Amino acid sequence: MDFSLDETQTAVRDAARRLAREKLVPRAKELDRTGGFPEESLRELGALGLLGVAVPEPLGGAGAGAVAYAAALMEVAEACASTSVAMAVTNMVAEQIVRFGTDAQKERFVRPLVSGAAVAGAFALSEPHCGSDAAALRTTAVRRGDRFVLNGSKQWITSGDRAGVIIVWARTGGEGPRGISAFVVERGTPGLTAGRPEHKMGLRGSSTVPLVFEDCAVSAGQLLGEEGQGFKIAMSALDGGRIGIGAQAVGLIRACLGASRRYARERKAFGEPIAERQAIRWKLADMAVDLAAAELLTFRAARLKEEGRPFTREASMAKLFCSEASNRATSQAVQIHGGYGYVDEFPVERYFRDARVQTLYEGTSEIQRKVIAREILK
Amino acid sequence: MELELSETQSQLRDTCRAFAERELRPNARGWDARHEFPREAVKKLAELGLLGVAIPEKWGGADMDHVAYAVAMEEVSRGCASTGVIMSVNNSLYCDPIQKYGTDGQKERWLRPFATGEKLGCFALTEPEAGSDAAAQKTVAVKKGARYSITGSKNFITNGPNADAVLLFAMTDKAKGHRGISAFVVPTDLPGLTRGKPDDKLGITASQSCSLFFDACEVPEENRIGQEGDGFKVAMSTLDGGRIGIASQALGIARAAYEEAVAYAKDRKSFGVPIAEHQAIQFMLADMATEIDAARLLVWRAASLQDAGVRHSTESAMAKLFASEMASRVANKALQIHGGYGYLKDFDAERHLRDARITEIYEGTSEIQRLVVSASVLKD
Repeated sequence: MDFSLDETQTAVRDAARRLAREKLVPRAKELDRTGGFPEESLRELGALGLLGVAVPEPLGGAGAGAVAYAAALMEVAEACASTSVAMAVTNMVAEQIVRFGTDAQKERFVRPLVSGAAVAGAFALSEPHCGSDAAALRTTAVRRGDRFVLNGSKQWITSGDRAGVIIVWARTGGEGPRGISAFVVERGTPGLTAGRPEHKMGLRGSSTVPLVFEDCAVSAGQLLGEEGQGFKIAMSALDGGRIGIGAQAVGLIRACLGASRRYARERKAFGEPIAERQAIRWKLADMAVDLAAAELLTFRAARLKEEGRPFTREASMAKLFCSEASNRATSQAVQIHGGYGYVDEFPVERYFRDARVQTLYEGTSEIQRKVIAREILK
Repeated sequence: MELELSETQSQLRDTCRAFAERELRPNARGWDARHEFPREAVKKLAELGLLGVAIPEKWGGADMDHVAYAVAMEEVSRGCASTGVIMSVNNSLYCDPIQKYGTDGQKERWLRPFATGEKLGCFALTEPEAGSDAAAQKTVAVKKGARYSITGSKNFITNGPNADAVLLFAMTDKAKGHRGISAFVVPTDLPGLTRGKPDDKLGITASQSCSLFFDACEVPEENRIGQEGDGFKVAMSTLDGGRIGIASQALGIARAAYEEAVAYAKDRKSFGVPIAEHQAIQFMLADMATEIDAARLLVWRAASLQDAGVRHSTESAMAKLFASEMASRVANKALQIHGGYGYLKDFDAERHLRDARITEIYEGTSEIQRLVVSASVLKD
């Protein structure tokens, strides 16, 4: 048994750590305040292979596995959660095309995604009326000769207005999961428009938009996998995506622990640093234990994924535990900072807002518990 | 990164699981009710090599690593938490420190028969007025020629009523505080050593603990483990390992509670369906399973660091803290899932809750673990 990262994994993590500390940390506050988009940061991540950590090297990726990916994402999320979400979705989109795409699709879509030329990838599954219940989606794709024509709308699409490459799920057949197919759609395709970016509580430096498809025609060569295979592709992507959110939550817990530790040592009350108080130390201890458990659950799921073994249950456990733990940690970090935790002089109020979405997206905590219960009651 | 058990480790797990299923689980409720020390089961633990799991073969042990030990502890404790703690004390608190700090001569006499399970050991650090604050020892060992005369009392000594020898901590130089503590191995039949009656406890009632009283008990110098003043170091490093044992015990208790809750939920019906189909129950089970897995990863991480010879105080404290509090939460939810039946002695749910409770207290309370962890957080 060995819990350490190997040489490649360490190298990927270190590259991410350097970039995160040198470039992303200084930009994070402003990015959050202005609600911009981390385009420059994404290009820099791309240059290091971090937009396709598990994508094979011939396609421009880092050729490392899911463990290295999780380790890198933890570093980026510790610096800037907004950037990490765009990075995560781009990795996920690139990986799905590598896994299910034809050689031509890989050449056309994966390279620009991984290099950063496509800016980002987006994953368009949720719709206004269906989030967790993805099999109920209503967007349609109708075959007309060698084309598919898409109609419908998508909701909550991360990087949807910036992404050069978008995987879109639409119904090509009857009701239920078997009638769904996936398509790779490029930005600027006629008939595809992005709506107004949402005003979000957190992750304000990442763009979340609705997408509208009005007679948006794509070639049959943009069908990803087989017709009717879409739901399977989505679910497999989400299993991996959950590891991503787990890693992101780990990053936020680390950020909270770092900020809280610094503040507790500096801030004095009743004549000594508040770090001397057990009330404060206990919070730090609980945060540290949650962090360790969160890291281990995330790496375990990533390790299984990398070995090609089933990891649905483990990914859900990681996502559930980590996101709940990041919400505990961010709340306690604000508490440790007192009134200063509530203002933007310190980053913890941003962490608090950024963490809140983690128990919601890529499957709410309730969905994770359903998945876990289904797996254990089998 | 390799997070799977090796072949040897999984074989041991299977052996222990089968043993626990056959010999421990069917009897645990009865032993608990009668407060009966599971003498036969302890003999069988010895036959399986489980009383000296990580002790080299040369000294009578099974020659396995601490991950294997953690796995064995989890499985045994899943069958019977009392048997688990009897095993843990002999392994982690008695054999391991003698293996680590004893001379060959001491190992021959005080390790081999205990690692084979022919004899049983215990560990005496806690005193009536010094629990978490172990440096506040009042028991003294006064050097008289080639002997020490020991006077004082120890309490909550698990295996005390059954042990053949005790690893004892006493002050050889009070002025030096914790640096004045020394460790001794003392046979329990020595004149001047008497034992109190077994404690009447909330849980783990089939394991026995008692007070030990030393009244000018004379111990030969050759029974001192390590140098004079090494005692505190011996005790603390022993507890790092002991905490892995208790964390594994907590994990075993949680597993038992969880597995029984799953079985009950599939069987019991309400509103026309098995209660396992209600989300309220499903979500409790999902949380229980997740926390059990998290605890196991923490335990295995600490154990694998111990095997690598790396300092693991923080990781052991994290594992112990998380696993013990998790076990209480899980046992409590398991009882809830059983409804009124969970409150009856006809099921094991109430025993698991009582058994889990001690894991938050002994071998360092949760508060001591938080002290250890927070000190490490604030150090770097």
